[in-house]
Amino acid sequence: MSDAVLEVEGLKVEYQTSSGPAVAVNGISFQVFPGETLGLVGESGCGKSTTAMAILNLVQAPGRIAEGSIRLNGTELSTLNPRSMRRIRWQEVALIPQGAMDSLNPVVRVDSQIAEVIEDHEGRQRFADMHERITELLGMVGLPARVGRLYPHELSGGMKQRVCIAMAIALRPKLLVADEPTSALDVVVQRVVAQTLLDVTQRLGMAMILIGHDIALQAQLVDRMAVMYAGSIVEVGRVESIFDHPSHPYTQLLVSSVPSITERRRRPSDATVREVHHRPSGCVFRLRCPQAFDRCRAEVPAMRELVPGHVVACHLYAGGSGEPAPAEAAGHV
Amino acid sequence: MRLRGLNLRYVLRRLGTFVLTVWLAATLIFIIPRLAGGNPIAAMVGKISVAAGGAETAHSGALVAAWDARFGLNDPVFVQYLIFLKNSVTFNFGFSITDYPASVNQLIGAALPWTLGLVGLATVIAFVLGTGIGAFMAWRRTPSLIRSVLPLSLTFTAVPSFMLGLLLLWVFSYTLGWFPAGNAYSLGVTPGLNLPFLWNVVQHGILPALTIVGAAMGFWALSMRGMMVTIEGEDYMVLGEAKGLRPSRLFWRYRVRNSALPQVTSLALNLGAIISGQILVEYLFDYPGVGQLLYQGILNEDYVLVESIVFLLIVATALAVLVLDLILPLIDPRISYLREVPR
Ligand SMILES: Nc1ncnc2c1ncn2[C@@H]1O[C@H](COP(=O)(O)OP(=O)(O)O)[C@@H](O)[C@H]1O
Ligand code: SF4
Ligand SMILES: [Mg+2]
Repeated sequence: MSDAVLEVEGLKVEYQTSSGPAVAVNGISFQVFPGETLGLVGESGCGKSTTAMAILNLVQAPGRIAEGSIRLNGTELSTLNPRSMRRIRWQEVALIPQGAMDSLNPVVRVDSQIAEVIEDHEGRQRFADMHERITELLGMVGLPARVGRLYPHELSGGMKQRVCIAMAIALRPKLLVADEPTSALDVVVQRVVAQTLLDVTQRLGMAMILIGHDIALQAQLVDRMAVMYAGSIVEVGRVESIFDHPSHPYTQLLVSSVPSITERRRRPSDATVREVHHRPSGCVFRLRCPQAFDRCRAEVPAMRELVPGHVVACHLYAGGSGEPAPAEAAGHV
Repeated sequence: MRLRGLNLRYVLRRLGTFVLTVWLAATLIFIIPRLAGGNPIAAMVGKISVAAGGAETAHSGALVAAWDARFGLNDPVFVQYLIFLKNSVTFNFGFSITDYPASVNQLIGAALPWTLGLVGLATVIAFVLGTGIGAFMAWRRTPSLIRSVLPLSLTFTAVPSFMLGLLLLWVFSYTLGWFPAGNAYSLGVTPGLNLPFLWNVVQHGILPALTIVGAAMGFWALSMRGMMVTIEGEDYMVLGEAKGLRPSRLFWRYRVRNSALPQVTSLALNLGAIISGQILVEYLFDYPGVGQLLYQGILNEDYVLVESIVFLLIVATALAVLVLDLILPLIDPRISYLREVPR
């Protein structure tokens, strides 16, 4: 038993499509520890949102969790009944969804949308208490109390995102899953909202999974980073370690081509989409990898620890006779 | 009091549109029969004389002339038009041609309460039942037994309303004798505000009301169900579920509340249209409503009567749309006609 807030093991999620199942998440494993921020990066379509929804057991049809175990504060979620699952949602893990622009109920005022989640988990409250609590939550994300009386369409994008943050921390969950929380905002607002998010989670000691496709932005926000490619996690490590010694060829590609601001738009890669639907044999990155060799076609690379806390799935670091030792190959000497 | 999301300018503009609609309707109703040509009075006098014995009577020419004068058909067209407009907006429709000397107002006045009561109530009941059925059909947590029964209630919608009416008449009136076959109340009872009379009216109304409800309910149910299903994948529905809200809250406040908005819009339009009654159902049950009146008017080529009913229908529909536009900001906060949105 570890002290992790979240332990994901061998998680596999498939979408049923007309051309057979598409494996959006292919047996990934990772952990999140109390109070830390873990970045989950990878290009659009690599399975980040699917992973986020799987953690809340909310993968939308036609998708389903095919295999794997998800333990939240020690509780195994895959075998939980719907009633207990409902209780765990938001009390133990809250979500800032990717489509935060349309994620608020359009016909309900902001304060009622915060109040309802408190009421449904903690029971009815005195009006004055509830009002005070909502005002405090809005204040924590830098919004004046009067925003509570507004409807979602009366808010700007940045305000909506802040409301989502205020709502997510309402029950003080130990874990927050933020799916590209700022990618729909313009660049200036992005920074401010991301900072608010970090401040609030730090202040409340919450752990967070911060999902993003922009590795440069992520580098400034997270403690550890997991790099995802076509449904697989290919490298995990502390940010400094990853940037100093990017080891997986895909991570190297991401780090070396840190895009300029104008290029930071989502660019779904055709390759990813193809590889999710028709997985190549051996390593998933094989078709785009500049360093691929014979073994990459034959065998799926296993996760290997280069130095403590920094793991990579690539045959370049497989060790064995005549090949560089993992740490050496990655430049960790 | 100030209605949410409205300003004076918008209300005035909206009222202007309403007046324009009514004026256009009146003008069209004035023009169209005159384009068709023919003299309705000559036609009617001809019909009467045929009925009276076949031969042209010596006086028929004088009769036509006298009636032409009585109905103002000798005035210049422009004067006729102005008089027509004035009469229209004051709802003074003049005399029925076939039922002369009964005025159109008297005829419609006698029929309207029956239609408003029967068709109005039936429409509202169909709306509530149908919308409810549609909502529960789309809900995962509806007990499966109930869910499998709900679609059965829609089979009546597939049947034309007069077929359904005939079926109901045959079963419950002729075979079982539970309900009377026609009219709004029995000839023996005296109309008045007393229980026996009201009970008599209810008994007469049940079969036609069932017919209307049965025929209309399915449309409400299908559109509500469609809306509920459409909304299911919306981002706010997914977040609502992620929030671990109680299922009943997700159902009412998220799905039903958001799906019902288009339903209310259609209801308003339907309520405007009930004023002209339900021709088939009223005819079938010999119900003395506006639909029946309209049917008789068409049959007798009484186009003063027909025009008046059509005009009322247009006014009522325009009024319903006007009211809808004024209350829409109350039920959908996204709709607002205020100049500035608070930031
Ligand atoms: N509803 C769906 N039906 C079929 N395939 C889907 C569906 N949603 C996602 N996928 C597939 O799953 C993969 C991962 O999607 P997603 O988790 O949204 O990626 P990300 O969040 O990293 O952009 C995509 O490549 C896509 O092809
Ligand atoms: S395993 Fe082979 S193909 Fe895959 S990333 Fe490493 S070198 Fe490239
Ligand atoms: Mg995504």
